Amino acid sequence: MSATSGPAAPAVAVRGVEKSFGDLRVLRGVDLEVAPGTIHALLGSNGAGKTTLVRILSTLLRPDAGTASVHGFDVVGQAAEVRESISLTGQFAAVDGMLSGRENLALIARLRHLPDPGAVADRLLDRFSLTEAGGRRASTYSGGMRRRLDIAMSLIGDPPVIFLDEPTTGLDPQARNEVWRTVEELAGGGTTVLLTTQYLDEAERLADRIAILHEGTIIQDGTLAELKRLLPPARVEYVEKQPTLEDVFLALVGAGDQPAGKDPR
Amino acid sequence: MSTAHVVGDTVALTDRSLRHILRSPDTIITTAVTPVALMLLFVYVFGGAIHGGSTASYVDYLLPGILLITIASGVAYTAYRLFLDLQGGIVERFQSMPIARPSALWAHVLTSMAANLTSVVLVVGIALLMGFRTGASVLAWLAVAGILVLFTLTLTWIAVLAGLSAKTVDGASAFSYPLIFLPFISSAFVPTDSMPTAVAWFAEHQPVTAVVDSIRALFAGEPVGGDLWVALAWLVGILALAYVLAVRAYRRKVG
Repeated sequence: MSATSGPAAPAVAVRGVEKSFGDLRVLRGVDLEVAPGTIHALLGSNGAGKTTLVRILSTLLRPDAGTASVHGFDVVGQAAEVRESISLTGQFAAVDGMLSGRENLALIARLRHLPDPGAVADRLLDRFSLTEAGGRRASTYSGGMRRRLDIAMSLIGDPPVIFLDEPTTGLDPQARNEVWRTVEELAGGGTTVLLTTQYLDEAERLADRIAILHEGTIIQDGTLAELKRLLPPARVEYVEKQPTLEDVFLALVGAGDQPAGKDPR
Repeated sequence: MSTAHVVGDTVALTDRSLRHILRSPDTIITTAVTPVALMLLFVYVFGGAIHGGSTASYVDYLLPGILLITIASGVAYTAYRLFLDLQGGIVERFQSMPIARPSALWAHVLTSMAANLTSVVLVVGIALLMGFRTGASVLAWLAVAGILVLFTLTLTWIAVLAGLSAKTVDGASAFSYPLIFLPFISSAFVPTDSMPTAVAWFAEHQPVTAVVDSIRALFAGEPVGGDLWVALAWLVGILALAYVLAVRAYRRKVG
């Protein structure tokens, strides 16, 4: 997964997107391109506008200005085609707790108009090691199982582009590792993943490219190595120390000058 | 593609919310409990004083209003379920998928119809045990069913509007209290001419009285008269208004 740029058209292209809620300017001209088959992390603090951008890309919200396309389709003018091409996994795992895991999967398969939803459900239960829990109500699942089910639901119909909105928020380290493995498998299979996260290690571990969203614009976008080069090379002291992504992030956004606790969601 | 999938998507989503109800049948029971308790109270405690005559004939008098109260308390669950769906993010998941846009709402509406009409059948069954008798023809029964379906549909769309606009779970079902109370200031329990002038005027001009009088006449096998048209006009008018407002609120909410 080294080649991140090529002749292929971008899977996600965002140009000059703006969005305000009342007086609050959440997105102030976002530009972003995601190459097909890559994992692109959208990194930012709480309230930076990550979820707003994902909601625009999933046709749930209209931008005030600018254009955005997914899989070649305009999110405003060709919303139906965009919905055919994407899958959204929300920040709060949107599974139906009253239904069993199997019923959740079969419901999504029915809504994607696939033949034999039951078989689709069984295959995914097997793939995500949920077969045993498949008949139980999803409300009885652990946080990690719920998130696995949530991601399994996103894969139904093999959408070429998947948006994962803070997929590991609130998970314990073990469950987080399970999700990470799943995401890596996905990208290995050619799916484009746009992942929002506020965890620097998550971006560092998973992403081919990392875009930093700060105060409504993308202030940097590059590979981990490129981002690291933004800082002066390691100072020579007794030991040589490369800056971690965390150093880069804090230097770029300026530690401690967060917008005062506003959360536009 | 949308129109071709409206039916299939709505069926799939209705199947989902019906499963919710089948897994919490208490919602149907609770919906029926309050009206049944009211019916017992009014027939066996107040009935003698109010009606003077036999308890059986007061059941006949009371049942139409009790059925409306049943529906009014049942739709609170519709608002509640819709609110939870919106809050939990499952509606966003559905709306980001290639499904027919109105299906998510219609599924709740159809589920509400099924749940409330089941409660109504339950209450009618208990009324029969309490001595309710009717000489209504098949046609009159069909007319009663039609009015109750329209009444449920109207209140359901009000519930949808409430579920969409609510900020809290409690707020989502609070709208139903005035609806439950409305039959008390109507001809449902006592004739309106026994009320003070101002109250009687309100009772005679609010929709519940026209609906109650129509159903009562149909059950009694009497001619319905103009009440039916007044009732239909009220219900269709409110239904149209609630539908338009609910659809607009839905668009604003989920894009």
